[in-house]
Amino acid sequence: MKKHLRLSILLAFILPWIAISSCKEKDSKIQAAVETELKNSNMTGVLASVKSGVVTLTGECTNETSRASVESAVGKIKGVKQVVNNCTVAALPPAPAPVVISGDETLRSGVTDATKDYPSVKASVNDGVITLTGDIKRAELQKLMMTLHTLQPKKIENKLTIK
Amino acid sequence: MALQDKYKELLDTAKSLGISNLQAREQSNVLYIDGEAPSGAAKDQLWNVYGKLDPDFRSGDVVMNVNVSTMVPGSKAVVTTERSNLNIRKGPGTDQPIIGKAAHHELVTLVSKTNDQWWLIRTDGGEEGYATAQYLSPQN
Repeated sequence: MKKHLRLSILLAFILPWIAISSCKEKDSKIQAAVETELKNSNMTGVLASVKSGVVTLTGECTNETSRASVESAVGKIKGVKQVVNNCTVAALPPAPAPVVISGDETLRSGVTDATKDYPSVKASVNDGVITLTGDIKRAELQKLMMTLHTLQPKKIENKLTIK
Repeated sequence: MALQDKYKELLDTAKSLGISNLQAREQSNVLYIDGEAPSGAAKDQLWNVYGKLDPDFRSGDVVMNVNVSTMVPGSKAVVTTERSNLNIRKGPGTDQPIIGKAAHHELVTLVSKTNDQWWLIRTDGGEEGYATAQYLSPQN
């Protein structure tokens, strides 16, 4: 009877310990596998923690698709019982504002002013596009261009003959 | 994104020169670069890179609207005409009557900005009127 008692006491202490330690061992294996998976799929913003085979994912995914795919990939790892996906999806960067293009009237008066000192330069404006014809000295070209670009045209077609 | 690749050196230069509010947007095969240069020299440097990447500005695939941020009301600017005097006009436009002149290389005061092309200026002699921004360079 005494022997049995000792054995049962022994088992009462040792068995849970064995169970816990083997569970911990499993968790660390899962952790390593999950981390490899995250690294391979380039999900550097996602962190994982494992407890008793339950993987909790936190951090930021780039989009919904990657959030779903990381969850399913982690779920397939051996030993994983459940995936708790607490990842957030990164907010989309605000779309850039459309380019402001000046109206033809504004462009025409700006072009007239800008080309006033270059009598051999002819310029026309049509639907935001400035077209330059005639001729110009190479030394003057950049200065004229610098002014025309600040008028905010859609485009500048440079058909000037450069002397 | 092809144009951003073609003009990568230009955009990199813009970043290294400290162009503020820098924006590079591609729309209908034109790359629109907007921003403010910290000095006239920085703007010139940027334009030199642009001229190197697109010799004689033939491609027509860039609109670079970069102004100099030190061109602010109250600051001084140098008259950078080729050699002649700079016309001072009654209003912002070459159709406006000429009311005065600023000498080549004269230092004038910027009073207020009408738009990227025209400034209300004042000479040390007290003449006040509108002059075209293309012949006004910030005093660096």
